[in-house]
Amino acid sequence: MLEDLTEITALHSLRSQHETLVSVKEVSRYYGKNKAVDNISFDVKRGEVLGLLGPNGAGKSTAMQMITGNLAPSNGQITINNFDILDKPKNAKANLGYLPEQPPVYKELTVDEYLTHCSKINRIAHSHQRDAITLAKERCGLNSMSKRLIGNLSKGYQQRVGIAQAIIHSPAVIVLDEPTVGLDPRQIREIRSLIRELGNDHSIILSTHILPEVTATCDRVLIINRGKIMVTETIIGLQQRIQSSSLIVAFQHPPSNDELSQFDGVLSVDKIELGRYRLHHVPEIDPSENIVNQSVNNNWRLTEITPEKLSLEEIFMDITCTENEDIDMTTKAEETV
Amino acid sequence: MIFTLASRELRSLFLSPLAWSILAIVQFLIGYIFLGQVDLYLQVQAQLSAMQNPPGLTELIIAPVFSNAAIILLLIIPLLTMRLIAEEKRNQTLALLLSAPISMTEIILGKYVGVMGFVFINLFFVLLMPISLLSGGNLDIGMIASGLIALTLLLASFTAAGVYMSTITSQPTIAAVSTFGLLLLLWVIDWAVNINSNQATGVTPYLSILKHYQPLINGVFKSSDVTYYLLFITTFLVLSIRRLHADRLQH
Repeated sequence: MLEDLTEITALHSLRSQHETLVSVKEVSRYYGKNKAVDNISFDVKRGEVLGLLGPNGAGKSTAMQMITGNLAPSNGQITINNFDILDKPKNAKANLGYLPEQPPVYKELTVDEYLTHCSKINRIAHSHQRDAITLAKERCGLNSMSKRLIGNLSKGYQQRVGIAQAIIHSPAVIVLDEPTVGLDPRQIREIRSLIRELGNDHSIILSTHILPEVTATCDRVLIINRGKIMVTETIIGLQQRIQSSSLIVAFQHPPSNDELSQFDGVLSVDKIELGRYRLHHVPEIDPSENIVNQSVNNNWRLTEITPEKLSLEEIFMDITCTENEDIDMTTKAEETV
Repeated sequence: MIFTLASRELRSLFLSPLAWSILAIVQFLIGYIFLGQVDLYLQVQAQLSAMQNPPGLTELIIAPVFSNAAIILLLIIPLLTMRLIAEEKRNQTLALLLSAPISMTEIILGKYVGVMGFVFINLFFVLLMPISLLSGGNLDIGMIASGLIALTLLLASFTAAGVYMSTITSQPTIAAVSTFGLLLLLWVIDWAVNINSNQATGVTPYLSILKHYQPLINGVFKSSDVTYYLLFITTFLVLSIRRLHADRLQH
């Protein structure tokens, strides 16, 4: 009997591990004639952290506002934990925590008063409110700030209060719009590890334009540009994309360019300086082993061999900036950031 | 849920100096008018005793006080309601309410009840003045009750209009000015008709807030007047809820 029960719970947790908590189907959103989000679809499963990546104005925030019910999609369907956000908003929103770009805090309240209010509007039972508030404060490192007025806190702490508000009712889905903006590096690390921790049993959608943040926190990445999903990729897949397609090699007795270009898979050879070359090769074939062997056989005295990695940034630029005007826009955006 | 939102609204009001100064200023102004009326009554008391069927204390003092209180609060209520939604939009805190498991109706009613709580506190202090007359004279309690109902309904209508105006803009000042404009228009809407003929005709007297208020404070309780106010309140609250819904849709 007891075994049955444990089996059932084990089965249940197994199933719930793969349960889809957020489902976005063919969602578009227009502002007037301007299409901010163009026919996007994706799912987020329990225990998954999904990163939305894209340049400014790509439609990340609009997508998040639609997922959280702050905006109605022009067409398409969004469900949270199997509740449609438009048909059953109360059920859907009970499973939802949202941190908008600007933390939605009331500056005239203290941290405790504000979080009490949040726990009430999220319908946490009265007997659990105190525990929920304590846990949220602890997780966001707000314990010493309980009695302070939110208006007097620094931007970083206001951001933490915003995160505390989003997780206070322990929702199945947490949506964070640029959660680490305005934090100092130590806080950023804390918040990232908090996101990872929360990601174990919640679904998290976060948006950012800080690229290392994605590799640090997310399981999967959506790259959005001009309202369209350009790439959906797991972090592992993305890292494979990062895999090199060029090698830096240096020799004390360098062979000729021709000899180097004879290697399998090598497309072209650039001379960097005397004895140092950059070899471009097809990603599928890695010529480094051959080069090492040949170097030993022919006494080229190999002194350096480094695979050149494409940074995530380069991939990102590759995907999002297909036209020159795009690059202009991104650099401008970076300047303002 | 409505009361959770209402209590936060009320608390925030009292956390700023606005609520306190409004209470103080309204109390001072109405107190001054009240004293003026008492003074007037004392001056004409001798003549009154000579009259066969003299108007009472209530008619001479309390009805004018209620009448003036209405005008003062017409100026004040827009300042209370202007922040309700407009400021949340401007500070982008509305997302907190919109992504919580609360319906739009609860948001609007919560905010409305919150401000009405403040209005009741205000009314209570205004009411203390006429009540104080009980120590030295006889009052027509029925007439006071009718006047009180009238003032309550009137302020509830002002507040409902203010809530609506606050939902259509993200600038509190614009909300205040447009509420004030709307209320004043409805206040004076049948003045032109009155000049032309004593017998008011057409649609304007039905729309006039004043026309429905005056009989009530003079003790003439007509259900049509009360219905007018109830319809007014419902209309603007429903419009506010619709407006909040529409904000999420296509612009």
